[in-house]
Amino acid sequence: MNFHAYLSFSIWLPIIMGCLVALTEHEVRRLTLSLSLLGAVLSFLVTLPLYAQFSSSATGMQFVEMVPWIKAYNINYYLGIDGISLWFVLLNSFVTILVVIAGWVVIRTHLAQYMAAFLISSGLINGIFESLDAVLFYVFFEATLIPMFLIIGMWGGPQRVYASIKFFLYTLMGSLLMLAAFIYLYFEAGRSFDILKFQALSLALPVQILIFLAFFASFAVKAAMWPFHTWLPDAHVEAPTGGSVILAAITLKTGAYGFLRFSLPITPDASHTLSGLMITLSLVAVLYVALVALIQKDMKKLIAYSSVSHMGFVTLGIFMFNTLGIEGSILQMISHAFVSIAMFLCIGVLYDRMHTRDISAYGGVANKMPVFAAFLMLFAMASAGLPGTSGFVGEFTVILGAIKVNFWYAVLAAANLIFGAAYILWMYKRVIFGEVVNSEVAQLEDVTAREKFFLAIIVVLIFAMGLYPQLITSTIHTSVNQLIQQSSAIKY
Amino acid sequence: MSMTSLYLIVPMAPLVGALLAGLLGKTLGKTISHTVTIIGVLVSFIASLAIAQDVFAGHLFNGNLYTWMTAGDLSFHVGFLIDPLTVTMMLVVTFVSLMVHIYTVGYMHDDPGYQRFFSYISLFTFAMLMLVMSNNFLQLFFGWEAVGLVSYLLIGFWFQRSTAVFANLKAFLVNRVGDFGFLLGIGLILANFHSLDYATVFSMVPQVMHNEITLISGHSWSLMTVICILLFIGAMGKSAQMPLHVWLPDSMEGPTPISALIHAATMVTAGIFMVSRMSPLFEVSDTARSVILVIGASTALFMAFLGVIQYDIKRVVAYSTLSQLGYMTVALGASAYPVAIFHLGTHAFFKALLFLAAGSVIHAMHHEQDMRHMGGLRKYLPITYITALIGSLALCGIPPFAGFFSKDLIIDAVSGSHLYGAGYAQFAVTAGVFVTAFYTFRMFFMTFHGKERMDHHTKEHLHESPLVITLPLILLAIPSLLAGYLLIGPMIMGDYFGTSIVIDPQHSVLHHIREEFTNPTGFMVNGLMALPLWLAVSGIVLAAVLYLFMPRIPEKIKAQSGVIYTILSNNYYFDWFNDRVLSRGTVSLGKKLWRYGDVTLIDGTMVMGTARTISRFANRLRHLQSGYIYHYAFIMIFGVFVLMSLWFIRG
Repeated sequence: MNFHAYLSFSIWLPIIMGCLVALTEHEVRRLTLSLSLLGAVLSFLVTLPLYAQFSSSATGMQFVEMVPWIKAYNINYYLGIDGISLWFVLLNSFVTILVVIAGWVVIRTHLAQYMAAFLISSGLINGIFESLDAVLFYVFFEATLIPMFLIIGMWGGPQRVYASIKFFLYTLMGSLLMLAAFIYLYFEAGRSFDILKFQALSLALPVQILIFLAFFASFAVKAAMWPFHTWLPDAHVEAPTGGSVILAAITLKTGAYGFLRFSLPITPDASHTLSGLMITLSLVAVLYVALVALIQKDMKKLIAYSSVSHMGFVTLGIFMFNTLGIEGSILQMISHAFVSIAMFLCIGVLYDRMHTRDISAYGGVANKMPVFAAFLMLFAMASAGLPGTSGFVGEFTVILGAIKVNFWYAVLAAANLIFGAAYILWMYKRVIFGEVVNSEVAQLEDVTAREKFFLAIIVVLIFAMGLYPQLITSTIHTSVNQLIQQSSAIKY
Repeated sequence: MSMTSLYLIVPMAPLVGALLAGLLGKTLGKTISHTVTIIGVLVSFIASLAIAQDVFAGHLFNGNLYTWMTAGDLSFHVGFLIDPLTVTMMLVVTFVSLMVHIYTVGYMHDDPGYQRFFSYISLFTFAMLMLVMSNNFLQLFFGWEAVGLVSYLLIGFWFQRSTAVFANLKAFLVNRVGDFGFLLGIGLILANFHSLDYATVFSMVPQVMHNEITLISGHSWSLMTVICILLFIGAMGKSAQMPLHVWLPDSMEGPTPISALIHAATMVTAGIFMVSRMSPLFEVSDTARSVILVIGASTALFMAFLGVIQYDIKRVVAYSTLSQLGYMTVALGASAYPVAIFHLGTHAFFKALLFLAAGSVIHAMHHEQDMRHMGGLRKYLPITYITALIGSLALCGIPPFAGFFSKDLIIDAVSGSHLYGAGYAQFAVTAGVFVTAFYTFRMFFMTFHGKERMDHHTKEHLHESPLVITLPLILLAIPSLLAGYLLIGPMIMGDYFGTSIVIDPQHSVLHHIREEFTNPTGFMVNGLMALPLWLAVSGIVLAAVLYLFMPRIPEKIKAQSGVIYTILSNNYYFDWFNDRVLSRGTVSLGKKLWRYGDVTLIDGTMVMGTARTISRFANRLRHLQSGYIYHYAFIMIFGVFVLMSLWFIRG
């Protein structure tokens, strides 16, 4: 096999660029900005060969790199991607560009550190999706939290300490249990942290259940599954726009990715045994949280709750153990990334002008910002799962996967068609429609060219995915089929 | 040019128009914007004519354009099915849309959202065409929701009005309730037929029709009945059947041209079209068709009653639309799908005509919609008057106007049905004829005859609308007069629909019509002696007596009919129930879940309880200041510590 290091580039290029950006002086704003944008764009460009050279028919991992890291414990710097991780790497690298552009004029304090934090975070997150060694995965998985803490802590709102403690506590338990599970598997796999070897192990059901629960403790928090979701609304409210974008678009997905990469293939029997629990939690998330979203007064909290609700579809789809369910959950993750980015950027656009996110402070915005209103309409419809937008693809496929398993799962999930439209359109009505309600709204100015640019990019993505999802599904079939085989095998 | 590209042109031409007017509207200006959209729809109409000619020469088409998605062994496509049913809908949609586009030039000429309006109605035309031309359930659902979106945008077109943005949210959500059922129906079809292509699904019906589904353990239902009822719930939302009808009267908050196009002629008939398209499925479930029959009949009669007490001219026409959709639904229940489509077509013409005529009146009256402030308008609006008269006679079913043929056929069809509920349906649609005639001519007389009740200023400015408004009225009046007579021959007596509609010979209620009548004149002569016509005439006479000759009587009747009037004026309390119970109940449930679930239980007890315990413990451990990185480093080190310890324990 030819030597290639695209995966290493995708991790280390943004981290190096981030370090360079951190070194720039506060006075030379322009240099900081151009260097950050350059770093983000270059980091995205190096991931494109992954798509171009990806073989959608090959089974197993591609672009594999392996270098011994800590020989004493047989820990390796071991990277590789399949059809599932491919899309998350592309997505993450792309989102970083949007985050840089979104912070362009808005961030006034510690600009260099802000941009650096996002670039470094981007590289570390790619590491999560590319690691094939459990310790390497663990390091990346935990290390991504540092930039996120900094982002919330330094550029966050007044309640950031509370939000961070919550996040911290949730994560603490999960991480330790996951690490313990890794160590157990290390011995079982004959002193190896190779994730693929973990997947080939035959473990007894009680052991599988314990390991499943240990993973669950970590991934459920990250994926903000009900009832481990309450850190998310608080973290969102306190985080600056860029932080919210990364939290919703990427961080949540690392948890769901964990279920796909670890829980299902390593503990398939436990996954089946406990699927009732997982399905229940997912459906509670879809419906309960949609109702909670309905009554939120803060726009960001509303979108945060809607994220939890949409993530309910992701976990529901995963535990259907069929092609439609799992492909649907991957599609839903990608779509939710687009939609939540769009929503948080739009709230950012309003917040930058009015410095409030209270729904009641707005009304009649369409009179002053018609172009913005049109953008937000489209994003709201994508969030409500309108066919033709990306939002439809994932939910539709998951519902089809669910109906094959049990009609009532589909009934409960499909009820989101009503509630998902209710909370987002009710918010839209109160913020955008009506007469201009106060003098602040009367002074609003419509989106600038920079804002139009990043919103238009997401519009293109939302439509591209909504009208031609085949582009994505054709590359994930092989990996999903393999995953289904692994997760249906009885191991004990 | 190949036929496939011609098919493609039909939906794409309006889409191009919509994009140009929507994205570049400000640059292009008003005139270019309306020109490109009108040309788009005109092209679409002409192409539809050419396709119709081709179809009736025997060239049907069923093919895919591209593969939308594959998942597992399933694939989803975007494609067209071109057959007589499709072209009928294409012609109705593009013709009415063209009329409405032209009309809008006059009606909306001084509205600041002029270009946006044209963009929306062209976008609607695109979505509606994709819906009717689809060859599979997925694309049907696409079009289904897309027309719902445009309807939402257009009801809330005047977004500063709080009533308009209330109405559009309501319309969207009520339609979503229908779509919820529809989507589950589609899901069950995929799960049991392993395809969403019409042709594949229909061909598999014989294998699947006896399957059962267990929804609650121990009870099983016929799978086909469950699927058909779920699909019909979708139709109930879009075609506004009770109890999902509540959004349609409120949708009158939108500008009048869209009331004609979307909320009378085309979108609301999507449900009727869908059930006809699915006739191979619905034919195997008597239970589902009984449900359809009863719901349609109830809508036909009870919504007609509400038309009687309205004063807003548009609301009268709106309730009349609800009632007429009920008639079409009854025809579906009676397995008379061709009759339902026939009535759909004639209704599209005369109801669009009535709405546009109402719009012409409203335009002349400076946006006054209350009929109590109108009267005697025939002098001022002669063209509107004549065309509205044609529309009203067609709606009442007076021969030889279009509505006579299609409505009489529905009454005939239901009398031949043996389903459970057919007797009730027959009573409802027959009685409905009288009520329809009464409210229609009540509206007609209150508007065009009697005392001139408008204020002095309005009266001075009264004048007939410009040609862009009257021309569509005239062009719609022609089919309202002739379509019934001309089309009953081929559509009902001939084999117009061919294979596009499947009717089980045992349910066929039309064969006696085919045996009895060979030409439209014979049908008409027979109708002159029948009960429905005399009910219609009595309705008109009663309206004339009450509103032309003794205009004081109605107020007295209203004062005397306390309870009934209260029930009617509250729309049978549907809105009350939805608002007080469903919508407030949901919001209050959301508040409770948030307060007691998230805030108290999860955060208060679980998270912060743990936090307090841990911080008590941690306070003893830490002397350094608290920082997040510090916390974090602590765990990392702790983790490594555990790792090392285990390493040593295992040796």
